[in-house]
Amino acid sequence: MSPTIKELSHRPAKLTEGHRLCAGCAEPVIARQVLMATDKPVIVSNATGCFEVSTSVYPFTAWDVPWIHSAFENASATIGGVEAAYKALQRKGKYKEDIRFVVFGGDGGTYDIGFQSLSGAIERGHYFLYVCFNNEAYMNTGIQRSSATMRGASTTTCPSGLCSPGKKEYPKDLTKIIIAHDIPYAAQASPHNWKDMVDKAAKGFEIGGPAFMNVVSPCPRGWRHDPSQTIEIAKLAVETCIWPLYEYERGKWRLTGESKRIAEGKKEKRPVSDWFKSQGRFRQLLTEKWASVAQDVQANVDKKWNELQDLCKE
Amino acid sequence: MEQLLAMNGDQAIAYAWKQIDPDVVAAYPITPQTIIVEAFSDYVADGQVSTEYVCAESEHSALSLCIGAAAAGARTATATASAGLAYMWEMLYIASSMRLPIVMAVANRALSGPINIHCDHDDSMGGRDAGWIQVYGENAQEAYDNSVMAFRIAEHMDVRLPMMTCLDGFITSHSLENMSLLPDDVVKKFVGEFKAIRPLLDIHNPTSYGPFDAPEFYFEHKFGQIKAMDKVIPVMREVQADFAKISGRSYDIVEPYYVDDADYVVVAAGSTAGTLRAVVDELRADGKKVGSVKMRLFRPFPAGEIAKVLEGKKAVAVMDRAISIGAAGPSFPEVRSALFDVSQRPKVVNYVYGLGGRDVGVDDVKVVFSQLMKGESKVVNYLGVRQ
Repeated sequence: MSPTIKELSHRPAKLTEGHRLCAGCAEPVIARQVLMATDKPVIVSNATGCFEVSTSVYPFTAWDVPWIHSAFENASATIGGVEAAYKALQRKGKYKEDIRFVVFGGDGGTYDIGFQSLSGAIERGHYFLYVCFNNEAYMNTGIQRSSATMRGASTTTCPSGLCSPGKKEYPKDLTKIIIAHDIPYAAQASPHNWKDMVDKAAKGFEIGGPAFMNVVSPCPRGWRHDPSQTIEIAKLAVETCIWPLYEYERGKWRLTGESKRIAEGKKEKRPVSDWFKSQGRFRQLLTEKWASVAQDVQANVDKKWNELQDLCKE
Repeated sequence: MEQLLAMNGDQAIAYAWKQIDPDVVAAYPITPQTIIVEAFSDYVADGQVSTEYVCAESEHSALSLCIGAAAAGARTATATASAGLAYMWEMLYIASSMRLPIVMAVANRALSGPINIHCDHDDSMGGRDAGWIQVYGENAQEAYDNSVMAFRIAEHMDVRLPMMTCLDGFITSHSLENMSLLPDDVVKKFVGEFKAIRPLLDIHNPTSYGPFDAPEFYFEHKFGQIKAMDKVIPVMREVQADFAKISGRSYDIVEPYYVDDADYVVVAAGSTAGTLRAVVDELRADGKKVGSVKMRLFRPFPAGEIAKVLEGKKAVAVMDRAISIGAAGPSFPEVRSALFDVSQRPKVVNYVYGLGGRDVGVDDVKVVFSQLMKGESKVVNYLGVRQ
């Protein structure tokens, strides 16, 4: 039985108030939901990025649990070291607690510069839950493109202009790449569906090996939307099938939440144009000039969605 | 009872680690360090250690794993060389700023390019500003002894800094020597239990490691590292004195050889220090007033010790198995600067030598002494290079 929202609300906050993340940032919402999913003590490793900078400005910290940030590209190796110390000291009879280990990183620290460290840590089988806040660009340094940025999005290193619609390439399908490691547990989640997220995090925490969650994380500054719309936009990512909710558990693929209902025909699949209209970074795609790019993206979303539905068939 | 065995420098380091049984070793193999991790893997496979041994997918991750492990509260060691150390460069600074007493063996090897697997000191010299203690061993025995002492020095409560134990790639890492090894229990007692400070695993006292540090505090945190580094020389003397009691082998920070009455002195670190002594013996037999200095410690730089030993000499040659292209060998300006304030300042020159493993033997070192005595040395000289 998964816990009720009332029960979750009584769990002590591991990430406390006082951090300096922007109004409307999805990251602290996601982190709180994930950390609520276990009642075991946790140790957190954090990649460099908005979340690290904003929760730890010395001499303050918003963390009420042990927390380490060492660098941008190595949050997985760092938690691997913490977990190795834990195993060694337990084996030597010097440590008795039952601990869970969690990493938070942005798409830069996960898809790009931190990918090797993450892949290595999964292959070695460290027992940790990796949570990627996917806001689809390097937001901490000022909205530069990443390999998670959608085709057609304007960023400061792939701006839309007279000769360019914005990013020309499709994003890397990182969740599937992680699943190709034969990882025990991987999932995509969204902060608008807290129950789905908490259930997935709870599974990840208790899987007994590496687990990975890729979470869509709207960024009002980078995506150019009103801070009040963060959760609505996260929901729209799922409703358009740009960001399907699913999980992979020991070889089994499963759609969850709204994505499951869309696949079952119980919920409408919204057009990607709704997504483009919701954020300023896609403004250029609404013009005649780049209409074909918008169509390409819709075709690609449909193709990926069909492939995923096939994988999730019983 | 001491045990006599034939070992190479890498095996000697792995053997010391086996006796110390660190909580975590994380490493990535690279020539000429590879024997260390292979030998240690054998100890793990045979259950001779209780270490959690992590085969990292890169040196960057190896040191990152060590940082996580040390911050968690584990006694931690790693080994690398050359490009591996270069790949760790970012993490060197983070390990020292977190004041984590990680011990790292460095089998010194040239940096690419051109690619070369043989000895020079460019790799560890590139890390000289990173806040790590650096000791250079002359031979396999010293590689072993330094490895035992390093944990005591790095983990000392006045220090708490990471430490590199360097040995010359192939020359020392792969050459068999007769070794005198201490018994396991003596080593264990000498090194003692690891005392963690505010470990991550202490969940009842949560600590944030690596927070964002603004201009209001960064300088003070760096100053903390500087003050800790200032404590290394007295701590190292104390540890070396204790080590002499258990081993009968005495070490110093800088080791002079026939320097007291010498007019001409040559300084070097690593295996070349042995060659220097052989040449000093020969030249002394001919009545030449020459001596040599082995520089064991490079970080912190023992400027006071160097000045004391070399003041009043006619001329000093500093041999550097490394080059800062566009300047000189890296230890030359430091030795010369150490002598700037002495009242009887010697002439100080630099010999850059042996890059990429170019062999430097007795005859080559004789050239250095000969030019030094005749006053024929330039300020910076490149020994044996075809120009």
